[in-house]
Amino acid sequence: MITVNGSPHPWHDGMTVRKILEEKRYTFPLLVVRIDGRLVPRSDYGETTVPDGADVDVMHLMSGG
Amino acid sequence: MTDTGFDVAGLKASHRPVSEFRYEKRPVVAGYNDRTLYVNVGDGRIAEKPVSADTRAKFTGGKGYGLKLLWDAVTPATKWNDPENEVNIATGPVGGNTNYPGSGKSIVVSISPTTGIPIDCNVGGYFGPFLKFSGFDALELQGRAERDVIVYIDGDEGVVKIFEAPGEAVDSHVLAEQMVAMFARDENDRQHISSVSAGSGAENSLIGCLNFSFYDKRRKVARLKQAGRGGIGTVFRDKKIKAVVVKYSSLDVTSNNPADLAKLQETGLKLHREIIELDDQQCRMREIGTAHLTEIMNEYDLLPTCNYKFGSSPDAEGINSHAFSAIVTHGLPDGCWYGCTMACAKAADGFELATGPYKGHKVTVDGPEYETVAGCGANIGVFDPRVVLELNFYCDTYGIDTISFGTSTAFIMECWENGILDSDRTGGLEITWGNGPAALELLHRIGRGEGFGLVAGLGVRRMKAYFAEHYGADPKFLQDIGCECKGLEYSQYVSKESLAQQGGYSMALKGPQHDEAWLIFMDMVNNRIPTFEDKAEALYYFPMFRTWFGLQGLCKLPWNDIEPADNASTDEPAKVPEHVDNYLAIYKAVTGNDLDREGLIRQSARVYNFQKVFCIRMGKGRRIDDLPPYRMVGPVTVEEYESRADRYDKQLREQVGVDPSGMDTPAKIAALRAYREDRYEKLQDAVYKRKGWTREGIPTIETLQDLGIDYPEVVEVVKPLL
Repeated sequence: MITVNGSPHPWHDGMTVRKILEEKRYTFPLLVVRIDGRLVPRSDYGETTVPDGADVDVMHLMSGG
Repeated sequence: MTDTGFDVAGLKASHRPVSEFRYEKRPVVAGYNDRTLYVNVGDGRIAEKPVSADTRAKFTGGKGYGLKLLWDAVTPATKWNDPENEVNIATGPVGGNTNYPGSGKSIVVSISPTTGIPIDCNVGGYFGPFLKFSGFDALELQGRAERDVIVYIDGDEGVVKIFEAPGEAVDSHVLAEQMVAMFARDENDRQHISSVSAGSGAENSLIGCLNFSFYDKRRKVARLKQAGRGGIGTVFRDKKIKAVVVKYSSLDVTSNNPADLAKLQETGLKLHREIIELDDQQCRMREIGTAHLTEIMNEYDLLPTCNYKFGSSPDAEGINSHAFSAIVTHGLPDGCWYGCTMACAKAADGFELATGPYKGHKVTVDGPEYETVAGCGANIGVFDPRVVLELNFYCDTYGIDTISFGTSTAFIMECWENGILDSDRTGGLEITWGNGPAALELLHRIGRGEGFGLVAGLGVRRMKAYFAEHYGADPKFLQDIGCECKGLEYSQYVSKESLAQQGGYSMALKGPQHDEAWLIFMDMVNNRIPTFEDKAEALYYFPMFRTWFGLQGLCKLPWNDIEPADNASTDEPAKVPEHVDNYLAIYKAVTGNDLDREGLIRQSARVYNFQKVFCIRMGKGRRIDDLPPYRMVGPVTVEEYESRADRYDKQLREQVGVDPSGMDTPAKIAALRAYREDRYEKLQDAVYKRKGWTREGIPTIETLQDLGIDYPEVVEVVKPLL
């Protein structure tokens, strides 16, 4: 189990940041992702794996009128 | 725009001069003229007014100037349709520069027909900058003419004229073209003309908007941007003003006469590069503008669907950004002011109208913006992009606010669903969810001021009273589902799962528009502001920060619809710190004055609190006026609750401390409601405290003194309430 934005979320082996975003249906383009406080560059979402027990912060910025 | 031929010579021949005023042309100095223009269309007076040093220091410009002039013009007893009410238009000191994207905004203020308090709108188009470069930091329109007039400001010649104009069109897409043809010498001169107009719907409803034009020389069309909210177009037509036109032909990068042009250019260039390099991967503003939000809001259950009952629909794909991207014209620069690389003012060209007085005409439709897609689409159950575009076009040309029209129509449809309305009461219109033709016909009837259109054009608050009085509807149910606060219709986001956004909406000074604060992601998704105090801090910072755009003549979009590549690594990425620093840099580059982050917030806080006291002066602005309809807080109906039963049952267990098993749905709704309404009250307490107001929402004397706006007439308003 991991924590995503303060809520528990099931973990599985090889889970990447991109997979979390897909599972959470986080489609907004302006995101800031941190794993246990460490910033993950947007270009690395597909390759960065998330360890079991991680605290994942997916910060959505704002846009629109 | 085609098929709207007209006889300019004939129109001119029908004009009758009312008055004329010549003024000394002077260059702008570091973003300011230090004078404003006063026009009274009732008695023909035209005059220039100096701006005092105190007014400039305390009110900065833009909305600040507009509100100060309006305060001085009205009394607590003034109603929207009294001649002393004004329509004031101003840009700010930074506004009109052509170096930094999003620098062409005008801010319009008036006493609103729907709320009775000051309303403000931030609008694109060329008018505000041209007005400034013609010699005036603000325009004050007062009085009521007996017959239709046009006000013409010739910034090239230094002359202002009022003349009666019986022949010109009222609807904006025709009138804007007429103004361009009438006042331009030749095709090249057309880009130097900008007009403000409303439309037939604005004179027949309370939800009228203003259209600000900018001439698109590539399309050869006068395009329109809207000052939409709160019925300012209705005030404009009540004054019998058909158009206010400005002409200015000498625009260049020095027109605003900045103190440090090189720094301004350098800062602007940095953002131009950022937009060009990153926008395609971020918000696609250059491709489709704010309409990119539709599918995102749908995905996050935030897209208002069927009068905000739901936050998504499986049919929303029909009106997503790709549907509109296939219709709008690409490859043309779409900035609504010079130098805006973001260029998000999209347009569909050659759009053939299927209904109404212009049926068969092929027109250019500006937009649609997200709010229009949601309001004239999902919120009324319409998922056909061509219906949305046609509603968009007719709202604009009739001078009707697309947001208020959408929210009002959604309310009407839910009243139909609940048997409050039927075809006898609507004049034969079956105004049911998704009935696009009926929505269009309703709009035409508002435009014509005919039958049920007159009722719909009153807006949601007055319709609630009307349906209760005339049709025996339950006032409590109407209050719950009628999405207005202070008399203004909500804009288009579902706020049920974000307490902070409930406050952002209903504590907004003018009424529930999202331009004070949009905190849904920060609150609901990020879980970043969990306590009442956290939310209150966000509801202090963001409204103050965003107020600043309206003081300066700036657009909000280049602040956070594009972000620097390294924004994620900053301490507070939600504030986009590099862009905040850009604003401080361009402010100094234009005015020559230093400003830090704290100073920026103080500039806003002065005007924000002044506006708050202004609302109180006009009889609102108190705690009770900040209460939202329950539809914007939680599920009103069984259908609504059960559509997201897992979510709400979980909340009952984990947040409310109630076991939902064994409870029927009405009992669950009641338990959740008691919990949510209590939390909203606690949020009010926290926000008012953070803003330096009493528990009743009244700014304290100390707050006014600290901001330097403790003028006797301001203190006099709040003192009896403390």
